[in-house]
Amino acid sequence: MNSPLLRLSGLTKAYPGVIANKDVSFDILPGEVHALLGENGAGKSTLVKTIYGLVKPDSGTMTLQGQPFQPPEPRAARAAGVAMVFQHFSLFDAMNVAENIALGMENPPPQREIAAQVRKVSDQYGLPLDPDRIVGELSAGERQRVEIIRCLLQDPKLLIMDEPTSVLTPQEVAILFETLRKLSSEGTAILYISHKLEEIRTLCDNATVLRLGEVVGECDPKTTSARDMAELMVGSKLHVPEKADKPAGDTVLTLQNLSAKAPHRFGTALKDITLEVRKGEVLGIGGVAGNGQDELVAALSGEMRVAPAMISYQGRAIGQMAPNARRRIGLLAAPEERMGHAAAPDMSLTENAVMTAMTRQELTSRGFVHWGKARSFAEGVIKTFDVRTPGPANAARSLSGGNLQKFVIGREIMQDPDVLVVNQPTWGVDASAAAAIRQALLDLAAKGAAVIVISQDLDELMEISDRFAALNEGRLSAPRPAKGLTVEEIGLMLGGAHDMEVAHVDA
Amino acid sequence: MIALEKRPQPSRFWTFATPLLAVILTMICGGLLFAALGKNPFETIRTIFFDPLFSEFAWFYRPQLLIKGAPLVLIAIGLSFGFRAGIWNIGAEGQYIVGAICGAAVGLAFYPTESFIIFPLMIVAGALGGLLWAMIPGVLRVKFGTNEILVSLMLVYVAEQLLASMALGALRNPDGMGFPGSRNLSQYPSAANLEIIQGSGMHWGVLTAFIAVIFAYVALSRHVFGFHVRLAGQSPRAARFAGVNPAALILICMGLSGALAGLAGLFEVAGPAGQISIDFNVGYGFTAIIVAFLGRLHPVGILLAGGLMALTYIGGEIAQSNLGLPLAAIQLMQGMLLFFLLAVDVLTNYRMRFGQGKPA
Repeated sequence: MNSPLLRLSGLTKAYPGVIANKDVSFDILPGEVHALLGENGAGKSTLVKTIYGLVKPDSGTMTLQGQPFQPPEPRAARAAGVAMVFQHFSLFDAMNVAENIALGMENPPPQREIAAQVRKVSDQYGLPLDPDRIVGELSAGERQRVEIIRCLLQDPKLLIMDEPTSVLTPQEVAILFETLRKLSSEGTAILYISHKLEEIRTLCDNATVLRLGEVVGECDPKTTSARDMAELMVGSKLHVPEKADKPAGDTVLTLQNLSAKAPHRFGTALKDITLEVRKGEVLGIGGVAGNGQDELVAALSGEMRVAPAMISYQGRAIGQMAPNARRRIGLLAAPEERMGHAAAPDMSLTENAVMTAMTRQELTSRGFVHWGKARSFAEGVIKTFDVRTPGPANAARSLSGGNLQKFVIGREIMQDPDVLVVNQPTWGVDASAAAAIRQALLDLAAKGAAVIVISQDLDELMEISDRFAALNEGRLSAPRPAKGLTVEEIGLMLGGAHDMEVAHVDA
Repeated sequence: MIALEKRPQPSRFWTFATPLLAVILTMICGGLLFAALGKNPFETIRTIFFDPLFSEFAWFYRPQLLIKGAPLVLIAIGLSFGFRAGIWNIGAEGQYIVGAICGAAVGLAFYPTESFIIFPLMIVAGALGGLLWAMIPGVLRVKFGTNEILVSLMLVYVAEQLLASMALGALRNPDGMGFPGSRNLSQYPSAANLEIIQGSGMHWGVLTAFIAVIFAYVALSRHVFGFHVRLAGQSPRAARFAGVNPAALILICMGLSGALAGLAGLFEVAGPAGQISIDFNVGYGFTAIIVAFLGRLHPVGILLAGGLMALTYIGGEIAQSNLGLPLAAIQLMQGMLLFFLLAVDVLTNYRMRFGQGKPA
């Protein structure tokens, strides 16, 4: 057996009130694809940040190729051959690919040279990417390629990937996996963080599972079932959302040729969207980010006004109606971006509850806010949706992403909507919390509300949707019953032509 | 090495402590500055900050404190709403001038009729004048996306020209033997902004400023309007999602700050200043920006900050006449106050760590 590329022994890191990593030890071999599994808050981020030099461990050691390894900062980690692709891209929309890559370099060579290198690496690893394109015009998958190529130019020995597939289509995922396999065959080790267990089973050679900061097990993902891995992560039986079969009710919301111009330069125009949503159903809308999801939610929530007849709700034309008027009649929405859109980061949870629940929960009278009532509503959301926070007086930004997500979804569900539109309801939320949110959405539908779930997670959509439609470049495909759809059919609905260039891997 | 670490929540302690710390730092650095100018720093600081309140002539200075402080507080309260919402009305000085002109014009139009209705009408005209002047940058921003900072600021210079033309032309005192400047409103009983309690400095503008503080406090902490203003300032997208109409909010905030600045101008022209003259405006509209920030955009904070600012004005004047300190040194010290306030503000949201984060 090979000597390990990176050996972690006894890594411990405590923050005030919480132990993020406790005595974590495992090895990563050269050329292996190693999965790191765990719920939100299990300590995965802290661990990879330690390896990447962003966090200094309280105790424990690391060795890289037999040498002691303790990077004080990411620059040192990169110099030693560790590269990382973050979940959130750090790219400038207004600059082109080559310029963005140059920005991350210590001593960038001239543009032309970078462009040549980008072409070479993108050829070599089957990552189609034109160095002259403006990043703002790229799809999420292409943006990720920019980040990957940025890493590959450093010729890393270990590549860390944090949730890389959350924004990709199945086809883009296939391209990415092809690249990762080629890299690993050349001896580059990959530390792969993901929630998607099926992916880990197809890609990874080895998996380490973290729970509450500790290593709770290692397994061979090729031979372990996804369910077993999930239960290892959660530490208990996993609750799978149950969907009751029920007949569809009356039509409650109708979109008739909904069209709208792109609201800003990097937005997407909505084109001729026609749709009927019925009481008691869950309509899943799939599609890669940036294909009009934000705009569709804005048109439904009332943030973006359209011609009145384009949207009708229980027979009323409401295209021009303001957000709070829509809330009053029962049409609620929860946008994707939690910080700064669905919630105001610096405001308390009570204030954030007032933000959207003011009208339906009657938290005001004659314009004056009833703070006591608002607080108890916020407490109700926190309790019902198991939001982990000391209390409603805490600022939204002090919550972890998953907890804040539970709060903003819970806030809408607790208002008892007739139609609820949610965008990426479980993005960045751990498995058990995601299951709870999905169950809450299903329960809402079972009570007779119509639920529109916009998501990039196809497994999620297949699990909870009655009907499925796909957004592609602002157009919506005709919805089809979700039961029995195959991955290939979904891929085609997602709009075949969208970045479907097959990987050209030089064998 | 000092590292800054973001706090999960803004610190309550530092929210209140930073203005005090800024004042103390200003006293220290101001003292050094005065020492460098060859003055005794302790005596100078005492003259500026304590003499107006506690010296043997304080009976004269204390009413001055109200007279100088009221317009600052009134204007700053108006500005604070816009500033919280991210709407930057820098032209309160212009709105102050136009409010004074409009209010004075109404009063002068009635001269020499005596009636109880004249002063209320002047108040309405003053507020409207300021409001309309502020609507120019507001409407341009909403309709054409112009920058309200530049437009409102440039309109200050337009207003100053208007003031000069009024003092020399339309509003000039016909019995003034050709001197520039209007009739003296404070000698026209129906139009005069008189002291409510004789000798206290407490005129109608001071009362209005106190009422504005109370209204602003209630609006910001209890009313949906204040909630939306705060929301729009912190997260514009979240505000839109919450149903705030950004265009309406801009117009309301601009209008409110303009109206209060116009009121301040009216109370000044009908009272302490007495007449429309070329040099009527003395920079209250600009100083109020400092007052608004010094008071953390909080009504009670603004009240205290307005008092402090008025104190440095009056103390500065005493220091000029008694100690021969140049005006520039006083202004430098007032600038320091804002500078330090912004600098120590970082402690509210960040924690300082000493000795950590050094390379291993």
